Amino acid sequence: MRKIDKSFPGVRALQGVDFTLCEGEIHALMGENGAGKSTLIKVLTGVYGKDGGTISLKDQGEVTIHSPQDAQNLGISTVYQEITLCPNLTVAENMYIGRTKGTIQHWKKMVQDADKILQNLDIPAKASQQLASCSIAVQQMVAIARAVDMDCKVLILDEPTSSLDEQEVEKLFGLMRDLKARGVGIIFVTHFLDQVYEVCDKITVLRDGTLVGEYEIKDLPRVQLVAKMLGKEMDDLSDIKSEQNTYQGDDADTKVFEAENLQSNAGIKPFDFYIKKGEVNGFTGLLGSGRSESVRAIFGADRVLQGTVKKNGKVVKIAKPLDAMKNGIAYLPEDRKVDGIIGDLSVRENIILALQVLTGFFRPFSKSQANKFADEYIKKLSIKTASADTPIKSLSGGNQQKVILARWLLTHPEYLILDEPTRGIDVGTKVDIQKLVLELASEGTSVTFISSETDEMLRTCSRLIVMRDRKMVGELSGDDLTQSKIMSTIAGGESES
Amino acid sequence: MASEKKKASIFTRLSDTNLLLIITIVIFVLMYLGAVLLQGGGFTKPQTFFNILNANAALILTSCGMSIVMITGGIDISVGGVVALVSMSCAVYLDHHNGNVFVSILIALAIGLAYGVVQGFLVAYLDIQPFIVSLAGMFFARGMTTIVNSSPFNVENEAFVALKNTRINVPGLGSVNKKGVYVPAYVEIGVVVALLAVVFLFFLLQYTKLGRSFYAVGGNKQSALMLGINVKRTKFLSHLICSLLAGIAGYVYFLHVGSGSPSHASGMEMNAIASSIIGGTMLTGGVGNIIGTLFGVLSLSTIQNIVASAGLDEAWWTGITIAAMLCIFLIIQSVVMAQKKRALKTN
Amino acid sequence: MSKDSAKGGFWKRLVSHQMFIPLVALILLAVINLVHDPSFFKITLGTNNAGFPVLSGSLITILDYGSELAILAIGMTLVTAASGGQDISVGATIAIAGSAMLRVLCGGDSRPDALAAPIIVGFIVACLAGMACGAFNGMLVAYFKIQPMIATLILFTAGRSIAAWINNNELPIVPDPKFGYFGSFIPGIPIPTTVFIAAACIIVIALVLRFTNLGLYTQAVGINESSSRLNGINPNFIKFITFVILGLCVAVAALIKVSRLSTINYSVIAKDIEMDAILAVALGGNSLAGGKFNMWASILGAYIIQFLTTTLYKFNVSSDALAAYKAVVVIILVVVSAPVFRDAISKLTKRKAKTQKEVG
Repeated sequence: MRKIDKSFPGVRALQGVDFTLCEGEIHALMGENGAGKSTLIKVLTGVYGKDGGTISLKDQGEVTIHSPQDAQNLGISTVYQEITLCPNLTVAENMYIGRTKGTIQHWKKMVQDADKILQNLDIPAKASQQLASCSIAVQQMVAIARAVDMDCKVLILDEPTSSLDEQEVEKLFGLMRDLKARGVGIIFVTHFLDQVYEVCDKITVLRDGTLVGEYEIKDLPRVQLVAKMLGKEMDDLSDIKSEQNTYQGDDADTKVFEAENLQSNAGIKPFDFYIKKGEVNGFTGLLGSGRSESVRAIFGADRVLQGTVKKNGKVVKIAKPLDAMKNGIAYLPEDRKVDGIIGDLSVRENIILALQVLTGFFRPFSKSQANKFADEYIKKLSIKTASADTPIKSLSGGNQQKVILARWLLTHPEYLILDEPTRGIDVGTKVDIQKLVLELASEGTSVTFISSETDEMLRTCSRLIVMRDRKMVGELSGDDLTQSKIMSTIAGGESES
Repeated sequence: MASEKKKASIFTRLSDTNLLLIITIVIFVLMYLGAVLLQGGGFTKPQTFFNILNANAALILTSCGMSIVMITGGIDISVGGVVALVSMSCAVYLDHHNGNVFVSILIALAIGLAYGVVQGFLVAYLDIQPFIVSLAGMFFARGMTTIVNSSPFNVENEAFVALKNTRINVPGLGSVNKKGVYVPAYVEIGVVVALLAVVFLFFLLQYTKLGRSFYAVGGNKQSALMLGINVKRTKFLSHLICSLLAGIAGYVYFLHVGSGSPSHASGMEMNAIASSIIGGTMLTGGVGNIIGTLFGVLSLSTIQNIVASAGLDEAWWTGITIAAMLCIFLIIQSVVMAQKKRALKTN
Repeated sequence: MSKDSAKGGFWKRLVSHQMFIPLVALILLAVINLVHDPSFFKITLGTNNAGFPVLSGSLITILDYGSELAILAIGMTLVTAASGGQDISVGATIAIAGSAMLRVLCGGDSRPDALAAPIIVGFIVACLAGMACGAFNGMLVAYFKIQPMIATLILFTAGRSIAAWINNNELPIVPDPKFGYFGSFIPGIPIPTTVFIAAACIIVIALVLRFTNLGLYTQAVGINESSSRLNGINPNFIKFITFVILGLCVAVAALIKVSRLSTINYSVIAKDIEMDAILAVALGGNSLAGGKFNMWASILGAYIIQFLTTTLYKFNVSSDALAAYKAVVVIILVVVSAPVFRDAISKLTKRKAKTQKEVG
């Protein structure tokens, strides 16, 4: 009962990947960030065109999918990680638009139908409500309701659980099992291993755009799955922490930065925080738990509502990023594309930008000076670029990240905040960045390291702050720094199954 | 505290479209009442109101088209130029070539259609900024108008003049004039066309797949694509409808003034945008309502009438008041939406 | 083989260079004129009414009238780069700045016998008026987040009315002949004064770009606002300031425009000049969506526009119909530079190359 079989030679993103989904199975698509999961899905749903390979369905044989519409018509529906609904329309419209037949829409019937579905799925929303007035979790559920209602043969769930709480996830799993019983094939992409083992039948693992293999769930224990996802480099990673010396200065115990009762307008609860000289700590928690919002508050990136920040015991005013920069804080943002790179500018300009802003509007660097800085860091971080004049957008993700890192290192910060610095980049660069973090710390720089991958955090951090529901809920250090302890703290004290 | 929270929830529960529509209608009613109280006399007569309609039927049509383009997230500033081009072309055809009225209507439609196809194609399929496309469109239309005929003139064609002077009495409404004779209130043909268009477009936007697609594309282009909407075709159609309405508006305008002139409908694109915005259409797309646009036109023309009857009849006051009103509404929109966003975030 | 690819590389680099389109346009226009009427390129030294030596000829006209456009293009380039939109109120704000200047110079009297204030005071007032208009536009764009073209639509409509209102709709005439020098010739110097004014503006902006970070900041803001904010730049302020700079450019252009006539016509002065200024930026190969810019390309673009205008006049196109021809040029330009179009063309050429290879 082969349904989909395809391969795409060519672009780096995906190289000759085969994928098969059977009727009535839940198939997990696993891989690290940047492994090509999203690309594969976007090709399957017609968002990207494919460069080669074929897609075939059971009944139709080989099919071509040019647009999301084509995919829908073929019975492939998708729920994406980021919400892809129109916030200005009502819930009912979002559920039906783009898939009704005929030109006239029967409002009343649509609202009634939608209400029925919402009730069945226990979604706390009214069909006539404007989508924007629902919470993010509800919006995500509406997207799922839409997909479910489409009478699809293939349902793709691309990290749908990242913004849902446990009960909602349970509800979703119930739904998935229902659909499975009805013969729907489900592709499930997630980062949470527990969830995979709870609902899935098969696992396909991707790494760096290539297929690692397809496995029955019972044949692949967790440890092996992780090994397959990471590849052989896992050995290289395991012990980098012990190789490095921790910072040994006399002032190792002074708190460089302290935050008291800090709250920004990004919707986090007030929190306290401190970091010592030469310390590496981390924020952990699920996506949307307020990790990024916390560090953004410290950096002044969101509007600060209350609270104080102290530097070496003295209160400093941080209202905007420039204030933070002047106080020696550097922040590498979570979303490289949106908040990090300045795409059309050259690597050189991207590297000198932060230092240039600190130096002042009326004192631009001379060309030779800028080149010196750029060349120094291109070499130091071994950034692969044709020249310093190349626009940063033509570099690979990992090298872009290194450029942003270079930008902040050039300012010689006392406190470096790295928000997901390893997201979507190749394993080699990941190792480089982690090593660099430990090296910086040993020289006396304080670092906050945030990552979705817990083992990365365990490797680099000596203290972890756990966030849940936009609140700080715990702090772990020393012997408590284990995978299971972190998981249980994130989950809220309940012991892990 | 509790009442504040309740207020916030009502505030957030209203859809953006309805919220802005209510603001618009309230402002129009207040303004008209203000006009009646301040200036009395004229504004209480039904014919004053219908004269506003008569004079602005073309503006209603162009504003409706503008609203649709704006809801879809674009803009079209060529409409004024198209109106001028249509009235000049039809005038030249009817007067210099002694043409047929029916054919002249076809000419108007054809010009609108051609504009829509070209602009729509450039915006939707070549992905060029709508403002630039329609700016060029505006200059092209204005230039073409002078090329067709560079001086203004009145049309004497008999069939046309008869059509122009056709008055449709409004049953039940009228007033007694100075001589004591009852004069029924009337509207011109253009008003009927405009109101029919409003009803049709209202239906289109609210109850058809295409109408809702306009909102979806304006709300979030990327999402709309993922939801299976043909974004390019939707954008194309929005421009097509807008230009077609501009063509019809051109004829209605022509019917009202009965002449061709390069300076006709100057600044109409501005008034159309202003009416749409006052009517609660968001520049950012995805929010708006045809009924609101109708009230936007009425508000705009009422304030013009107030300005005129207040003795400030120097030409520049009109420009300044419209700009001031537009400015105020833009700022209101910007502030209201920012407030709403904040209210949602803290919920 | 390697020689071939090097050649292809050279062509590719040439074609993709920012100055390519403006230079091709310039050459094209020059050739058309050369064929049509070679006297286009003649420059003669004659004397004007006052008996002073002046240069005349089409090229001089282009330099003369292109100057005000070049000055506007400077400001427009910065606004475009920072905010990704254009200011369409420049024509109307020229009317405002010019009107304010006249009001000061003539002291509210429509036919004064002597200047009511020194010319420099009038110019400073014009600058203040221009900057105030720029600040108004900048505020709407930067702080109220209104799209630039819509925000500037307000002054576009109201500007000329405000200008008329400043002088009670009268058309004052400046009595001092010295005031006329700015828009024509300074006695004894055969080169139009506007050329010197434009040169001064270009030198000033060159110095500003060299000795401040204005260029880097505006480009950073235009390309990625959120990212530049996180790097300590204040995007709102940068956007705001570019509009104010444009206001200053407008004031200089207003000085030239008003000086040409020694008076003002509110509804006609600098009509449609916003179109030319935007076109200059686009012709210079700068993206109208903001981001990276090349100031010199924009300035060159401005002179090419004037070249086009003068050429059209030579072909007996009336000034009213000019807009239609320019609109066609704009559309051709934006279509040629549209990414979708370029992709389609490159695909076509690739296919062609492929078939050629197969044949070979």
